[in-house]
Amino acid sequence: MATPTVQVSPSVSGLPATAESLLLQHEVEQLLYREARLLDDWNLDEWLTLYTEDARYVVPTTDLPEGNPESDLVFIDDDYARMTARTVRLKSRHAHREYPWSRTRRFISNVMVTAVDGDEIEATASVAVWRFRAGESSPYVGRYDVKMRRVNGQLRICHKRAILDLEELSDHGALSIIF
Amino acid sequence: MEISELVYDRPDQGKFRVHRSSMLLPEIYELERQRIFDKCWLYLGHESEVPNPGDYVRRVVAERALFFARNRDGELGVFHNTCPHRGALICRTDHGNAQVFQCFYHAWSFNTSGELIGLPDAEGYGPDFDRAELNLRSPRFDSYKGFIFVCFDHEAESLVDYLAGAAEYLDLVADQSPAGMKVIPGSNRYTIKANWKLLAENSMDGYHALPTHKTYFDYMANEVGGNVPSISNRKGLGRALGNGHGVVENDAIYGRPVAMWHPYFGEESRQEIDRIKDELIGRQGRDKALRMCEKTRNMVIFPNLVINDIMAVTIRVFQPTGPDSMDVTAWEMAPGDETTSMLRRRLDSFLTFLGPGGFATPDDTEALESCQHGFRSGGVEWSDLSRGFHRDPRGDDELQMRSFWRRWQSLVADLPHVENFERGLGLYEQPEVTPSPELSVAADN
Repeated sequence: MATPTVQVSPSVSGLPATAESLLLQHEVEQLLYREARLLDDWNLDEWLTLYTEDARYVVPTTDLPEGNPESDLVFIDDDYARMTARTVRLKSRHAHREYPWSRTRRFISNVMVTAVDGDEIEATASVAVWRFRAGESSPYVGRYDVKMRRVNGQLRICHKRAILDLEELSDHGALSIIF
Repeated sequence: MEISELVYDRPDQGKFRVHRSSMLLPEIYELERQRIFDKCWLYLGHESEVPNPGDYVRRVVAERALFFARNRDGELGVFHNTCPHRGALICRTDHGNAQVFQCFYHAWSFNTSGELIGLPDAEGYGPDFDRAELNLRSPRFDSYKGFIFVCFDHEAESLVDYLAGAAEYLDLVADQSPAGMKVIPGSNRYTIKANWKLLAENSMDGYHALPTHKTYFDYMANEVGGNVPSISNRKGLGRALGNGHGVVENDAIYGRPVAMWHPYFGEESRQEIDRIKDELIGRQGRDKALRMCEKTRNMVIFPNLVINDIMAVTIRVFQPTGPDSMDVTAWEMAPGDETTSMLRRRLDSFLTFLGPGGFATPDDTEALESCQHGFRSGGVEWSDLSRGFHRDPRGDDELQMRSFWRRWQSLVADLPHVENFERGLGLYEQPEVTPSPELSVAADN
């Protein structure tokens, strides 16, 4: 079969190892770790404070990881208002897939700061979320592409694209947690 | 218990019940494979997924690996995805464009019409070797307004006869744009660990919407103002469409991308949406156009296809993989020439409710799995589907689900099928359904 040329992703490189970039690496890692812990603890109100009010949170579908929410079907395309509504829903006891809440543990690794442009910082990370509920365990595995901005001295997330490596949500049935 | 007694259908008692063993037993599932999935027309894909010569898509239908492709002359072909030589999968990527399909095992090559066009060392076969016998094999297939179906029974009726009253509802989707409707890239693929018939029921169950999806209605009320709808002010209609297909049609509560403006879409979209609506009225006539714009439809085409024309137009198909699990795939549709701004609104509208990350679909998944767990508790033999038996069917009654189960019962028990439209007759003009010679059309009540 004449298949299209295999697509190789563009290479990603981190910053040169200067004292400044080490501090930034630490700051970015701490932000992502903190997000993971807040989500594992279901502390959703505080989780929202990690984001800027013009933030966007996107999860593409499993069959189209390069999907563009402007023209393709994605799983999640939230602005800050819908992120807030998502937390309201998850706290309501009427989001039935998450009531009672699942137990989750997020593992963030391979954090690499990929670009710094003034106050804008871009990073990428590997993520695995173990979710346990109703006798089932299912991992969500993938990658975060995150854009951050400094607001009043604090690093905040202004864009998170969470890309699943799964071929389909086979054991999961849904993406009922915040990935 | 006899297979023919799994559906208890007694209008005289106001009772309609389904025996829960029908959703638990492997023997029933095996019968369903033989008597339903090997006999009925099953949705495969949409022609817009293969717009150009050489385009192909592979898919699994009723546990069978298939693929469809457009050949050099632009004709559609559907093939069993297995090499006629020794069996390996021919098409091993989900979609793409190819001039030749080559089996990787022994390098036999087929063109996009499925003809065997090359094999290494052909001299190794004798003078009686007939290449035409070793072309790719096709199941029976046909398409209706772009929706492609396959059927593994060569004796079965034609697709359009099979669709019966559902064809009119496919028209209401396909005719929404002069440019035709296309499938948007990106699909929802997930597994539900529940019997597949629960999703058929759920997909046209108006009764569950308000209690199960409370957070969605709260969100929309909060987002756009207004009240959360209550069960008593819902207008709507449930219909049996023949051959087990069914639909619920309701007045839209919120906006519809086809052309019903709503504050959620933003003031700046008003003119554009009104323009689309005017075009529709001019092309389709006022009655049909307003029905397309202002009513929502949730339709099940027996056995496993759902066409939702609600806050988005969706195709959802579910492939059973056992008595207690199914693989679900869902796509969104849009007009072929939709503007960037309308497409953006359409995609956003889908995500409010639908999909594994939406504000409602995960609740349905949970509900179905919850039922499946509940069944195993035992103690209760039957599920009840008698709602609305005594009155003209509303959108939150269960006539359309009874119609599904009646068809299921007649197929799985190999009984003659007797259509029963209940009181759905006469509310709209009932589409003509051509009965098979040995069957009669009856409408009691």
